[in-house]
Amino acid sequence: MTAMSRLGAGLGARLRAALGADRAADEAAWAEVEEVLVAADLGPRLAAGVVAGARGRTAGGGVSAHAAIAAELGERLRRVPHQPFVVGPSPSVILVVGVNGSGKTTTAAKLAARFQKEGRSVILAAADTYRPGAVEQLRLWGDRLGIGVVAQRAGADPAAVAFDAVAAGVARGTDVVIVDTAGRLQTAHDLMAELAKVRRVITRQRPDQPRHVLLVMDATTGQNGLSQAETFLAEAGVTGIVLAKMDGTAKGGVALAVVDQFGIPIAFTAYGEELGDLAPFNPAAYLDWLLAA
Amino acid sequence: MLETLSARLQAIATRLRGQARLTEADLDVALREVRLALLEADVHFRVVKTFVARIRARAIGSAVLDGVRPGHQVIKLVHEELVDILGGERHVLRLGPPPGPAVVLLVGLQGSGKTTSAAKLAVRLRRDGHRPLLVAADVYRPAAVEQLIRLGDQVGIEVVTGPTGTPPAAIAEAGLFAARGGGADVVIVDTAGRQHMDQPMMAELEGLVSALQPTESLLVVDAMTGQEAVRVAETFHATLPLTGLILTKMDGDARGGAALSMRSVTGIPIAYVGTGEGMDALEAFHPDRLAQRILGMGDIVTLVERAQEGMDREEAERAAQRILESRFTLEDFRSQLQQVKRMGPIGQLLEMVPGAAGLAGAAQAAVDDGELRRVEAIIDSMTPTERREPHLIKAARRRRIAVGSGTSVAHVNRLLRQFEEMQKLVRQLGSGGSRPGHAPRLPGR
Repeated sequence: MTAMSRLGAGLGARLRAALGADRAADEAAWAEVEEVLVAADLGPRLAAGVVAGARGRTAGGGVSAHAAIAAELGERLRRVPHQPFVVGPSPSVILVVGVNGSGKTTTAAKLAARFQKEGRSVILAAADTYRPGAVEQLRLWGDRLGIGVVAQRAGADPAAVAFDAVAAGVARGTDVVIVDTAGRLQTAHDLMAELAKVRRVITRQRPDQPRHVLLVMDATTGQNGLSQAETFLAEAGVTGIVLAKMDGTAKGGVALAVVDQFGIPIAFTAYGEELGDLAPFNPAAYLDWLLAA
Repeated sequence: MLETLSARLQAIATRLRGQARLTEADLDVALREVRLALLEADVHFRVVKTFVARIRARAIGSAVLDGVRPGHQVIKLVHEELVDILGGERHVLRLGPPPGPAVVLLVGLQGSGKTTSAAKLAVRLRRDGHRPLLVAADVYRPAAVEQLIRLGDQVGIEVVTGPTGTPPAAIAEAGLFAARGGGADVVIVDTAGRQHMDQPMMAELEGLVSALQPTESLLVVDAMTGQEAVRVAETFHATLPLTGLILTKMDGDARGGAALSMRSVTGIPIAYVGTGEGMDALEAFHPDRLAQRILGMGDIVTLVERAQEGMDREEAERAAQRILESRFTLEDFRSQLQQVKRMGPIGQLLEMVPGAAGLAGAAQAAVDDGELRRVEAIIDSMTPTERREPHLIKAARRRRIAVGSGTSVAHVNRLLRQFEEMQKLVRQLGSGGSRPGHAPRLPGR
């Protein structure tokens, strides 16, 4: 996957340093591996679990420690069925959610660009009616792409914006309606209830929608990502994670913990400020990069 | 979801109760829990390592092992060490001698909360008697300038910016010029979010620093940041250098271990903490409060402050008066409920109560805001007369109220029963003969 070439260094060098040339890693080496995984934000529990699993795999001999780690992480990722991201029937509604500053608006624009490139018609809905400038930000992206943006005045009911956008999508026979929502911390109960309402309103209009609810997570997020996933899953029915800002030095390990703990697959990775900087998540390529590069 | 460290240590302490001394094996168990909790709070793994080693040395080297309650002693040690790392004293911004203007530069990764923090900081400095001016120098993110202009409008503070394509340094210079002309003494410069490994963008920051000579360069950091926080702070510090940190989004449930790590590794003090969506939600940093939060020990000080903000003093006194006069009605009850709601979600409040942190999740489910809302809906569905004289509410009225509030008769019954209990208690308090200003006698005394 070409996207991986845009990312920085993975854990390869550090894992090799920890494990040395020996096929049989000792106690200290495994402890160091665990540290490397913790440093990649997998969290202490998953890191310990992966190390325990990998050690089990090397017990019979014939498997290198490095291969065992890859196999263990790979199995944990594969346990969550990874389906290609498909849209349709029209209009397919994609709800973009997440905490403040995770990169929702940029992600919404990147998704729009992606579907447009595939030859689909797209509508963007500016349902972040709270943050000053958020509507303008989405409008600028829409102008750049030549995509219509459904918006209301600042402070409007986000569910009403979503309703208008879906109605417009139905009327125009649009393929994809992407609804950008306001950033909200998962502990803000009123705002989470508001999000649940946005979802409800969409479903009332089109019972099979939203087709996707994407939780945009900043790759630098630490273990709070677990709390985010849990609450957004409960309130908004998250179907996939977008791991954003992967062009930094963060490895996005908390997303692996989210997959492991909540069974939500990673749908996309995003890695830059250009519209093309978004790619479907490829578990094998990600692990290759994470563990080897 | 996460057990808190203090809850786990309390469990160990309970198990060890009666034991005169803490064995090294017990200490190992306790320190393993400390390590796990710190890592789950996103404290950097190297910081955790040295931290645990220090606790071990202190525990072994001191009389702690002979303590009466050895488990609690470990908690105390951990707390002390955390506060020590976080720095004893608050960082007060150095805004330079007049005539100024002093420049405060805000930098950070994308989405860390710079623009919002810029506006909040301006509000705060104005409250402290300064005349701040905002500069929108984020020329990259679409509509970032627009965002700051709107925020400036909202809080009534001037925002200087330049036409699209103006280099950030030129915009900032214009800001300085405007400040001198308009009598502002602090210029807060909002910069574009950037990746710390992005060489050209970091070079641009260096240029800004040499042009503006800021007295304060503050790194704005998301409290939810993970293990990379240290590297981010180190890289920005090496470029600028930094003078302080603003920790944002602390109104969430992030434990804020990243802040501890950055402080520990770079020595940069934490100046402010962002605690909400409102423009006044920027608080001075208190090391002991963050230490307690990382430990999950609760934050009673913040709770009390939140209570003071949420409670209308007159309202509270009025209610107290009515209680003493045994005239406490369902209307008063509802207004009390609304005050509790204003303080924030119940679960979040419970997190701040020492010892209750573990309960918060369960309590949230049981007494969540939904329950509060239901009670409110029931009271709202009563007539004013019914609220004042609930004994009038017989079967037919109960059915009407249940339908009106979207609840069931059982809910209405329960509320009325609870209220009756409360009134009984209130009557006992009132008949104790206490007058306002005197502590009411408790029943049975």
